[in-house]
Amino acid sequence: MAAFTLARRSGGLINGLRTSFRSLTPGKYGAVAAAMPPANCRWNSVGHLSVKERIDEKRKMALCGGGQQRIDAQHKKGKLTARERLDLLLDPESFVESDMFVEHRCSDFGMEQDRNKFPGDSVVTGRGRINGRLVYVFSQDFTVFGGSLSGAHAQKICKIMDQAMMVGAPVIGLNDSGGARIQEGVDSLAGYADIFLRNVMASGVVPQISLIMGPCAGGAVYSPALTDFTFMVKDTSYLFITGPDVVKSVTNEDVTQEELGGAKTHTTVSGVAHHAFEDDVEALLNVREFFNFLPLSNQDAAPIRECHDSSDRIVHSLDTIVPFETTKAYDMLDIVKAVADEGDFFEIMPNYAKNIVVGFARMNGRTVGIVGNQPKVASGCLDINSSVKGARFVRFCDAFNIPIITFVDVPGFLPGTAQEYGGIIRHGAKLLYAFAEATVPKITIITRKAYGGAYDVMSSKHLRGDVNYAWPTAEVAVMGAKGAVQIIFRGKENQAEAEAEYVEKFANPFPAALRGFVDDIIEPSTTRKRICRDLEVLASKKQINPWKKHANIPL
Amino acid sequence: MAAHRLPPSLNRLLLAVKYASFRTICCAVHPSAQYSTVYSPNETTFDKILIANRGEIACRVMKTCHKMGIQTVAVHSDVDSSAVHVKMANEAVCVGPAPTSKSYLNMDAIMDAVRVTGAQAVHPGYGFLSENKEFAKRLAAEGVAFIGPDTHAIQAMGDKIESKLIAKAAKVNTIPGYDGVVKTADEAVKISQDIGYPVMIKASAGGGGKGMRISWNDEETREGFRFSSQEAASSFGDDRLLIEKFIDNPRHIEIQVLADRHGNALWLNERECSIQRRNQKVVEEAPSTFLDPVTRRAMGEQAVLLAKAVQYSSAGTVEFLVDSKKNFFFLEMNTRLQVEHPITECITGLDLVEQMIRVAKGYQLQHKQKDIPINGWAIESRVYAEDPYKSFGLPSIGRLSQYQEPLNLSNVRVDSGIEEGSDISIYYDPMISKLVTYGATRAEALARMEDALDNYVIRGVTHNIPLLREIITHPRFISGDISTNFLPEVYPDGFKGHQLEEDQRRELLATAAALYITAQLRSQKVLGNLRVFSTPVECSHWELCVELDEGRLSVEVTKSGNVYTVEVDGGKVEVSGQWNLASPLLPLTINGTHRMLQCLSRDASGKIVLQYLGTAFKVRVLSKLAAELNSYMPEKVPEDTSSLLRSPMPGTVVAVSVKPGDTVAEGQEICVIEAMKMQNSLTAARQAKVKSVHCKPGETVGEGDLLVELE
Repeated sequence: MAAFTLARRSGGLINGLRTSFRSLTPGKYGAVAAAMPPANCRWNSVGHLSVKERIDEKRKMALCGGGQQRIDAQHKKGKLTARERLDLLLDPESFVESDMFVEHRCSDFGMEQDRNKFPGDSVVTGRGRINGRLVYVFSQDFTVFGGSLSGAHAQKICKIMDQAMMVGAPVIGLNDSGGARIQEGVDSLAGYADIFLRNVMASGVVPQISLIMGPCAGGAVYSPALTDFTFMVKDTSYLFITGPDVVKSVTNEDVTQEELGGAKTHTTVSGVAHHAFEDDVEALLNVREFFNFLPLSNQDAAPIRECHDSSDRIVHSLDTIVPFETTKAYDMLDIVKAVADEGDFFEIMPNYAKNIVVGFARMNGRTVGIVGNQPKVASGCLDINSSVKGARFVRFCDAFNIPIITFVDVPGFLPGTAQEYGGIIRHGAKLLYAFAEATVPKITIITRKAYGGAYDVMSSKHLRGDVNYAWPTAEVAVMGAKGAVQIIFRGKENQAEAEAEYVEKFANPFPAALRGFVDDIIEPSTTRKRICRDLEVLASKKQINPWKKHANIPL
Repeated sequence: MAAHRLPPSLNRLLLAVKYASFRTICCAVHPSAQYSTVYSPNETTFDKILIANRGEIACRVMKTCHKMGIQTVAVHSDVDSSAVHVKMANEAVCVGPAPTSKSYLNMDAIMDAVRVTGAQAVHPGYGFLSENKEFAKRLAAEGVAFIGPDTHAIQAMGDKIESKLIAKAAKVNTIPGYDGVVKTADEAVKISQDIGYPVMIKASAGGGGKGMRISWNDEETREGFRFSSQEAASSFGDDRLLIEKFIDNPRHIEIQVLADRHGNALWLNERECSIQRRNQKVVEEAPSTFLDPVTRRAMGEQAVLLAKAVQYSSAGTVEFLVDSKKNFFFLEMNTRLQVEHPITECITGLDLVEQMIRVAKGYQLQHKQKDIPINGWAIESRVYAEDPYKSFGLPSIGRLSQYQEPLNLSNVRVDSGIEEGSDISIYYDPMISKLVTYGATRAEALARMEDALDNYVIRGVTHNIPLLREIITHPRFISGDISTNFLPEVYPDGFKGHQLEEDQRRELLATAAALYITAQLRSQKVLGNLRVFSTPVECSHWELCVELDEGRLSVEVTKSGNVYTVEVDGGKVEVSGQWNLASPLLPLTINGTHRMLQCLSRDASGKIVLQYLGTAFKVRVLSKLAAELNSYMPEKVPEDTSSLLRSPMPGTVVAVSVKPGDTVAEGQEICVIEAMKMQNSLTAARQAKVKSVHCKPGETVGEGDLLVELE
C-alpha cells in the first residue's frame, strides 16, 4: 500500500514537470506569469537552487493535497482523491496540469498563514485525453478546505473552460466540494458566478459533463445544473440548495441528506441528475465510455467508432415484438437494443420519467441519439416530466450534430388535473419545439400508436423529419378507435360495427402513407439496415434555421 | 467397422438435419434418403391434418406433413398468434385465450376448428389432448381420424391402475403396488405402510412426472397425497392417485413400439431416459449403454405383447424401470408420440410421425422386426428456459432477445417451436428445444453435443445449458453409470455450475483479459476526419487485474496481431481469434485448442460475463491502477434476505398458509406457487414470526417478488 502511494506520487511528479515545460510559453494568464521569476531575480546565485528547491517542494505539496491524514479520511469514506480520480478518468500519462502553484489570496481569519496555504488550492485542473480524444478537466479536492470554492479555485476552473471553448473540446468537472470558502466572502460568490457565466457561454459550444462525487450544495449546484449532463455516485454524493438542517429550521421537515439530495432522489424523483453509478471507480469508467459517444464540440460531426456489427443485419426478433393486442405493452428498450450496434445503449435518465426512453447508441459506428416512447410505462404517453426529459435530450443532440432516431408508440398526452395544473401545455411544447427546431438528421419509426397531437410532436414529417417510417403495426390517427367512434357516431346503436369500420380505416399505416406523411412502410426486421443507410446519406444534410439572436423556447 | 456403416447413417442424418431446419421445403428431401422402403408417394394419404398442439411438437408434425404433401392446420391461443407453429401451418385457427384449459385443452373449440377447416385427421402431439379418450371419441364420432391409438387403448393404458392390471395379465413384469384408487390421506398412509417405504404417489391419469411424488414416511405421504391430487386435478382434471413401491437406484429405459390396425407390432429399440430431475427427463439417449441384446429383446418382446394385448395401433412407448441386475418392471405405457422420439428416429431411420399417419390411414406397417436396426448413437438434451441453479431447474420466463440454433454443425438436429423474439410465457411448458446429436459411436455423439451446446446462442431467458453440458461431460455419465438419482447423487448440494480446474481458470481469465483489451483498443479507433487530432495510447503490453468470484489475479497481456499472450497465475495462455465484439459467439483458439466461448455481457466498468464450458462466469477486468483504487471502494451491503421470502420464479400463488403474527418453524410451508403446471411449496428458512404477507391466492407474481416477510 505504502509502495503504491509512493509510486503514484512520483508518477504525478513527472506529469507536473512536463506541465512546467509547457506552461513556460508566455500565456495571457496571471498564474503562469506569476510562476516565472521577474527578470531581475538572482537566477544564477545560490538563490536559484533555492527556487528550484521551492518548485520541487511546492509540487510535492500540491500532489499531497490536504495531506495524508485527509487523504486517508477521504478513502475511508469510499471516495478517491481528486488526483486519483483524474488518473482513472484520463488515459495513462495524458494529464497535463495547469495552475499547480496557484494559492488562495485570502488574508482574513488567519488564512494568510503558511499552514493554510496549499499549492493548487482546492481544485486540480488541466487537460488530458480519453481514448486519445482531448478533454479539459477539473477535479475538486475535498482534502483541501473540504474542496471549498475560493476565488483562486474558481479562477483555475474558468481558465480551463476558456481554453476548452477556444480549442473546442469538452469539459468534465468532478465535483466534491463543501461549498463556498466562507472566509473569502464575496470573492467566492464572484467565483461561482464566473463559472456559471462560462457554463452558459460554453453551452452548445462544447459538451459539459458534471460528475458529482461528494457534496455539492448551495450556489455550487447551479454549475452542474447548467452543464449538459450531471452524473452522481450512489451513497457518497449530494446535491441540494440547502441542507437538511436549514430545511428543518425553515419548513420543519425532517429529511436526511440522502433523501434530500442523494443519487436516488435526483435520478428518480427530481430529474436533476442523468445517471447514478455504484462507486467512484464505476462512475469514472462509465464517464470514459460515455465520452466516446460525444463529439468534441459543435464544430465536429458525431464521432464514428470502428464497428464490428454489420450495418445490414436483419433483426428477426423485431417482426414479432409488437403484440397483436393494441393494449398490450412491450419494452421499447428491446427494440432499441436490437437495432443499435452491438446492443449497446447508454441510457440517459433511465429511472426518471420512464415513459420516454432517451440515450445514446451507435449505428454503423456513428453516434446517434435515441428517443422512444416506452409502452411499458404509463402506456408510453407524454406527460410533463417525459416531455422535459425528451426535449432537453433532443436539444443536446441538435446542438452537437448527433442524428436523432425516434421510435414512436404514443397514445397521446396524459390527461388529468395534475398535468393541466402542472402546465403540460407549456412543458409539452418544449418537446414539440425541440424536435421542430432540430436540424440534425432526423429519422422516425412509428412502431404502433401515433395518436393525436403526440403524433405531431414525435419528430413527425411535419416537423421536418427527414425519413419517417411506419411498421405494418403502425396506427396514425387522431385517437384510438373507441374514443373516436363515441364522438363520430354519438348516439348510434351499432358502436361495435362503427368501431370495426374505424379500425379498418385508421388503425393501420395507410392513411399516413398515402399522404406521404410516412415515407415507407417497412418490415420491422429491416429497420437497422434502413436507418444505417439513411444516416450515410443524411451525413451531408444541411439545414439552417432563420437568423435569430436566440430562439425563445417555452421554458 | 464403423467406417463402412457411416455413409448410410450420414445420409439419414442429413435428413435429420434438414428436418430440423425451419421452413424446409418438403420436396428437397429425396425419398430415397430415408431408411428402407418407407415413403411411397403413390400411397394416398390425408389431404389435411389439424395439429392439436403448440410449440416444437406441432412444428415437428407439420414438417412431416409437408413432406408428405399434406396440408396443415394449426390451432393456437391468442398469445400464440404469431408463434412459429402458426406461421408454419397452411391454416391457423385461434381456439381461445392463453390458459391451456381454455385453448389447447378446449375440445369444443378444437372440434369447431376441425369442422371449419375440414381437416380429415388430427395429430394431438404429446400432452394436452394426446391421451384424452374423450377427445378421440368425439373425433371418431365425426369421422375424423385420430392419429394415435384407438380409444380403448388410450383408456386402458391412460389409467395407470388399469394398465398395470392389463400388463400383469399380459405377462409383463410389474412393480408391486396398490392396484386401486386412493381416496384419502389416511388411506394413502395405510397403503404405503403395507407396501413398505419408500413409495411413489402419482396421478392415476398422468404422465411425464406431473403430480408424482416420492414419500419416505407417513408425513410425506400426507403431503404428497395433497399435492399430487391437486396437481392431478389441475393438470388432468382427474384427481385419482395410485401408490406403488419405489425402486431405489433405478434406470428409466423405455421401448418405442409401433403397431398397425392389422395386428402387426414392432419394437423400435430402447431409449434410456435416466437423467431426470423431479421425475422429468433432461437428457435421453438411444440406445442405452446398459442393455445387452438379450435384455433388449426381452423388453422389446414384452412391450409388443402389451401393445398387442390392448390392440394397440400407432406409435407408443412402454416405460420400464430397470434395476442394477437388469430386472425390468413395467412402469406405464404412453399412448402417444413421446417428446424424446427423435433419438429413435436417428438410430432406426424411421420417421415416426409419418408412420403414425400411415397407420391412422389404415396402412400396414412396412417393416419387419428384423428390419429395425440400431445404427449409431443419438443423444437428446432438453433445453429448457429454467434456472438450473435452483433445484436443477425452476422455470424462468422472458423474451428470446437473441436466439441461434447450432445448425451450422453437422449431425445436429434441433426440434423447436420458437424463434428469435419469441416469448417464453408462464402459460406453457418452458422447453426451448430438443437438441439432438448423432454419431457413429456414443463418444462421437457426445462430442457433437458438447459443440452444439457451446454454439447454442440463447439470450433473454435463463436456460439450463450449464447443467446439460455438465451432465454430458460428467465421468459417470460418460461411463454409463447412471440412474434416475443421477442428479441428486452427483450434485447433493444442488447444481453449482462448472467447477473450474486450474488450467481452465487460467484460460477463462486470459480470455476475459484479451476481450477487455480488444474493447479498449477499439474505443480508440475513431474514424473520419478529425478537427482535433486524436492521440491513441500506443501500447502492446498491459498489466491488468482480473477478478473472479472472490479471487483477484494480476495478469500481463501482450498482443501481436490477433494473438494475445496472457501471463496469469504463473502460466502462459495464448488466445487467438477474430475478436468480433458484436458477435455473441467467440470462436477462439486457446493454447492450440479450439474453444467456443460466448460473451453474454460486457460493460464499461470492466464486468464481463463469459459462457465457458457451458457455465456463465462473471469476471471483472480492471487496469492495474483501477484495481488498486477499487480497493478503496466500499462494499455495498446487499439487502438481508433471510427474512424475506421472494418468489423463486414467475407463477401464480395457489395457497398462502400463514398470516401475519403466525410463528413458523424452519421448513414449514409458507405458500405454494404454481408455475408451468408445477406446484412448488415455499418453506421458511428459519423459525420466525410472520411480519407481513404480500401476496394472496390467485395472484400472479414475478421472479423475485416479495411474498412474505418474516421478523
